[in-house]
Amino acid sequence: MIEARDLTKQYGDKTAVHDLNFTVRPGIVTGFLGPNGAGKSTTMRMIIGLDAPTSGRVTVNGRQYRDHRAPLREVGAMLEARAIHTGRSARNHLLAMAATTGIGRRRVDEVIDLVGLHEVADRRAGQFSLGMGQRLGIASALLGDPATVMLDEPVNGLDPEGILWIRNLLKQLAAEGRTVFVSSHLMSEMALTADHLIVVGRGTLIRDVPVAEFIASASSNSVRVRTPDPSRLRALLTGEAVSVSSSTEGQLDVTGLSTDEIGLRAAAAGIALLELSPVQASLEQAFMELTADAVEYRTLSSSREEVAA
Amino acid sequence: MSTLANETYEARVVAASEPGVTFSGALSSEWIKFRTLRSSWAVLLAAVVALVAIAGLIGYVTGSKWDGQLDPEDRVASAPLQGLFLAQLLIGVLGVLFVSGEYTTGMIRSTLAAVPRRLPVLWAKGVVYGLVTLSTLIPTTFLAYGVAQLFLSHFGHSTSLSAPTAFRAVLATGIYLALVGLLGSALGWIVRSTPGGISLLVGLLLIVPVLLEVVPGQWAKDISHYLPSAAGASFYSSLQADGALSPGAGLLVLVIWVAVATTVAAFLLKRRDG
Repeated sequence: MIEARDLTKQYGDKTAVHDLNFTVRPGIVTGFLGPNGAGKSTTMRMIIGLDAPTSGRVTVNGRQYRDHRAPLREVGAMLEARAIHTGRSARNHLLAMAATTGIGRRRVDEVIDLVGLHEVADRRAGQFSLGMGQRLGIASALLGDPATVMLDEPVNGLDPEGILWIRNLLKQLAAEGRTVFVSSHLMSEMALTADHLIVVGRGTLIRDVPVAEFIASASSNSVRVRTPDPSRLRALLTGEAVSVSSSTEGQLDVTGLSTDEIGLRAAAAGIALLELSPVQASLEQAFMELTADAVEYRTLSSSREEVAA
Repeated sequence: MSTLANETYEARVVAASEPGVTFSGALSSEWIKFRTLRSSWAVLLAAVVALVAIAGLIGYVTGSKWDGQLDPEDRVASAPLQGLFLAQLLIGVLGVLFVSGEYTTGMIRSTLAAVPRRLPVLWAKGVVYGLVTLSTLIPTTFLAYGVAQLFLSHFGHSTSLSAPTAFRAVLATGIYLALVGLLGSALGWIVRSTPGGISLLVGLLLIVPVLLEVVPGQWAKDISHYLPSAAGASFYSSLQADGALSPGAGLLVLVIWVAVATTVAAFLLKRRDG
């Protein structure tokens, strides 16, 4: 469980994270989504105490990270930037990390096997490919067998096999009841992996919703209808929470009604339909629109209060 | 995963029986870090070789010229240990690297995530590096002294450790080098960059003394006795230069330098974003 309350971070006069409030719950994969530079990495650095918040606080399992007796057993983190000495072997890196918290050699061997680095564990980390580096980062994160796992852009630079491996690993970790917090700037990746989304832009919270709800709301489903009698159909369909627009002669774009409802109403009124098809904006599109400019953040961030309440 | 097969992590509380972060844990972590980098041993070996080889060379040269033109300072017990001028740079740079290497590679993020209270890392690094340098360099300075005596005795001029100042000079050389190493580490913490740390160290040990020498006026001379290099020389040299500190005062001033630099390092480490 990760809880951020009024979390703010300023570097000089630049605000990286502004008044962020969210809760990351156990048992599901929570995606931390936002364009590059939205403040995701800064937030994660504050969660494990690398950066101190300018104001507000963030706790893990009810306490600030540094106040835990055995931090590595509470939270396992992999940051986007490499955090490994290039001159040291993977095994020695993990042994050095483990030693701080009295984690034994057996657990080190276990995580090496778990991430599939057995063959290369004694090679210097500087010779590792990007994918091997990510696996070593994940091994470090799992070292303390923590209930909370936090990974910053874990699929970056991975090959398809590696991406699939991470997706399955994240789902497995969540199924075990762990709190799994994963950042990404790719909506499509999050749609496949995450159950819940925390969306940020320019350091501000934009959405805090289940993925399904985000997809439903953000993809602005509309229905394209072609008819020989557009003006009658328009009059018939227009109503509260329904908007009808027309870009081409004889074609209407309807939002707020399903294809079924439109078809049945048209039939009841005796209007012929030549085409009736759902149009789904791509998720990526929706995400980009959502995070496109600052004006929209402000209007949309008001939804935060509803979510938090 | 394997450890808690039938249990959910949702309600997991870290048990009191599971070890937490301890200072001895931080110590063993730092020792693993030190010994698993090739550069640690390469630089340490270079310092050992420099001390012994130069002592042998000086022993041979002074022995062969003993009856000719030799300054008194070439005949004293500490004279063969001049390899320390090279060794101090190697040990100081290794001290910088032991810390700055964490920052340049990003390892520091893993280190501070494991020990988020941070200061134990600084103390542990200091203890590990101090013990490593003391335990290798003190025997090395005695070995170097012995090698020099071997050459000197070939010409019939050896001194022994029981000579006045000899034992102190040899022991002090090892201690001086270890303190320079700790000063290097502190500078590494302060500037968090390898070139920056090395520049500061070299500036403090080699450049500032020369600058103070060129500055006219007595005050510059007075101050210069308190520089780490001059204070160190008072401590390890058999000869006491004009107006220089006593050996004990020299050691004290050197320790104060290390203590102040380490305090600044600790303050910054605690305060800055990692």
